[in-house]
Amino acid sequence: MEESLSRSINPVFVITKREVRDQFRDWRIIFPILGLTIFFPFLMNFTATKILNFVEQYGATIVGERLVPFLMMIVGFFPISVSLVIALESFVGEKERGSIEPLLNTPLKDWELYVGKLLSSIAPPLVGSFLGISVYMIGLVINNVPLPEFHLIFLIVILTIVQAVVMVSGAIVVSSQATSVRAANLLASFIIIPMALLIQGESIVMFWGNYSTLWWAVFGLFVLSILLVRVGLAHFQREELLGREIDVLNFKWGWRVFRSSFIGQATSLKEWYTGIFKGSLKRIKFSLLIAVVLGIVGIWIGTLQTSKFEFPLDASGLDQMDHQLNMLIDLWPVGKIGPVMLIFWQNLRVMILSLLLGSFSFGILGVLPVMTSLGVVGYLMTLLQLNGLNVGVYLIGFILPHGIIEIPAALLATAAVIQSGVILSTPDPEKTVGEVWIMALADWAKIMVGLVIPLLLVSAIIEAWVTPRLALWLFFS
Amino acid sequence: MIETEDLTKSFDGFLAVDRINLSVSPGEVLVLLGPNGAGKTTSVRMLNSILRPTSGHARVAGFDVVKDAAKVRAIVGVLTEQHGFYGRMNAEEYLLFFGELYGVPKIECLKRIKPLLLNFGLDEHRKKRLGEYSKGMKQKLALIRALINYPPVLLLDEPTSAMDPESARTVRNAILSLRSDDRTIILCTHNLNEAEELADKIAIIREGKIILSDYLVEVKKSLLGNPIFEASFNEDLNGWTPDLPDGVLITKTESRKIVFEVLNPSQSNPAFIRNLSNKHPLLSFQERPRKLEDAYMEALELEVNGGIFV
Repeated sequence: MEESLSRSINPVFVITKREVRDQFRDWRIIFPILGLTIFFPFLMNFTATKILNFVEQYGATIVGERLVPFLMMIVGFFPISVSLVIALESFVGEKERGSIEPLLNTPLKDWELYVGKLLSSIAPPLVGSFLGISVYMIGLVINNVPLPEFHLIFLIVILTIVQAVVMVSGAIVVSSQATSVRAANLLASFIIIPMALLIQGESIVMFWGNYSTLWWAVFGLFVLSILLVRVGLAHFQREELLGREIDVLNFKWGWRVFRSSFIGQATSLKEWYTGIFKGSLKRIKFSLLIAVVLGIVGIWIGTLQTSKFEFPLDASGLDQMDHQLNMLIDLWPVGKIGPVMLIFWQNLRVMILSLLLGSFSFGILGVLPVMTSLGVVGYLMTLLQLNGLNVGVYLIGFILPHGIIEIPAALLATAAVIQSGVILSTPDPEKTVGEVWIMALADWAKIMVGLVIPLLLVSAIIEAWVTPRLALWLFFS
Repeated sequence: MIETEDLTKSFDGFLAVDRINLSVSPGEVLVLLGPNGAGKTTSVRMLNSILRPTSGHARVAGFDVVKDAAKVRAIVGVLTEQHGFYGRMNAEEYLLFFGELYGVPKIECLKRIKPLLLNFGLDEHRKKRLGEYSKGMKQKLALIRALINYPPVLLLDEPTSAMDPESARTVRNAILSLRSDDRTIILCTHNLNEAEELADKIAIIREGKIILSDYLVEVKKSLLGNPIFEASFNEDLNGWTPDLPDGVLITKTESRKIVFEVLNPSQSNPAFIRNLSNKHPLLSFQERPRKLEDAYMEALELEVNGGIFV
């Protein structure tokens, strides 16, 4: 077993060793790493010392205290930015130079080649990064500037590692799917922009001094890096690396993939519902379970918020409610379609937002809208309870009539978004990332068209025409 | 050693290789001929398990190209159309790298590299950066790379393209020596003289289909007819006609020359030559050269005209 593992790992290191050696022969990689490892930490050191002296004159020592770890994070981050360039070039660069085919001809397994490239892109910049941090800390000691606490240094080192892994694993996915280095560089914005935003966020947290928040960033980045590596491996295709030559936005192909995934072999609506749609619905059962659990967690988080944001409800507000409900009934007469469409569009928009959030986070962030909405419900219900009002009546009067349809619809849509992330990270050597992404979108569309949209329409009708009347009858009859 | 059964590959509806059936035994060289884009490279890539067939089967040294992909790649040496070298490495480092990927121990690899570099005249350049290599040198190095794991099966795509005549001769000799070493070789080339020199079998592929596949002698026979021999005499024949054994047909007679077609030369020729030389002093007896090029063009023409004869 051990022997077989070492036999498997050996080719990984053969690839890594060659790549690393090659990088160290390229002055275009060596110079930036050396500059960012040696010169830049000195500059940051100088900056830190000067600013510390300056702010001390005005007694704002806290600025200095926060600045030292912040600069350490920046010193650590800059060299790993080089890893992005190396990783982006890893597969597609070899493809352009024609050196990928001899590699693919060897008995290397896909994962060995992939992990070998991954390690070779991470290792040199990360070593540069640690050297930079070391140089920076030595400078601090020489200048008698107190070092940050150990746990903070540890946090910064871990943060630097996960940032490097995320950037590299994202770039390797891009590189293994792109058709040219130029295309890979253009697609790199999808890594650079989120990373830039993340660094800005981390900087704010650093100055805020709430370092425990950064551990959440570490956790999030760790999960993301695992998903990115999984997606990259799941859709790594020797055939694609050799085959595709030109970058064209092929709408026809995209539509064909979407259509065949959406309609399948169905020839009638009945066939579609009983075959294609039913299949998709069955597939999302575990995602639905996750969505339900997260919905409950959302309600629970909402109830907890009352301890932070508690305020007394004014009884006079309840008197006005009678008037407001009557006004609403006048504005939304039964049969008037405008309010129905307004409510329907609002709900649909939230479902689309969920898809957008999920599309770049493997479905994870797609759960936020439903969690937030149910969180608000949980918060309001607890607030009513804290003010001595009857929660059950409010629930039946204001939420349940349409909520009994709307909430399951929202949970189904969320499950479809989670499922799209599952599809994307499920190994399928027959398909490219683009193909799988379109198919995941088609799967989401099936759930939306087949069930969620009709349910949302019915719930909007109930919310506009039934709920206000029921609430008025329950409270004021 | 290499067997394919209705091997097919399509890309997005485009049929690149259409149900090809090939069979190559150890010690045989099959030359795959065909115009550019005919499906030669795609076939080779499927046989080396880097392209997955859309349908059909192929076995290389007993391994299935789909199920045992890694095993197939481990026993096949491939010379690809694009050599793609790492310009900052030298030849020795490069070959050691590939040797390691094929699981050849470093010491063993070094032992193999030396004679291979010597054979191909690259020994003195072994420490030179590959970026400085000429096209021909790169081609030779790519061939050495394909041999580094002592593969029993070789797939060679245009092995002598971009080479000077001397280097091309070295490579051809190497291929012949590999053949005599019982390796199974598939060779893709546009060079028909080279094909004629090296091939035991010929397969002509066009638009993804094998339009002809057989032993070289049979290909010539089926396309260009029976072998033609020419007997020249030292004196006038004065209208003399020799007794013809079975399977021999005179096609032309001149004052001092007889041209004839023989169905089975090894069977008929010895007795026939004796017969001829007994009557008139025989000056020369030779087979009229029939080039593979003629057969190839004939095959393509017949295929265009709908004469299918696989």
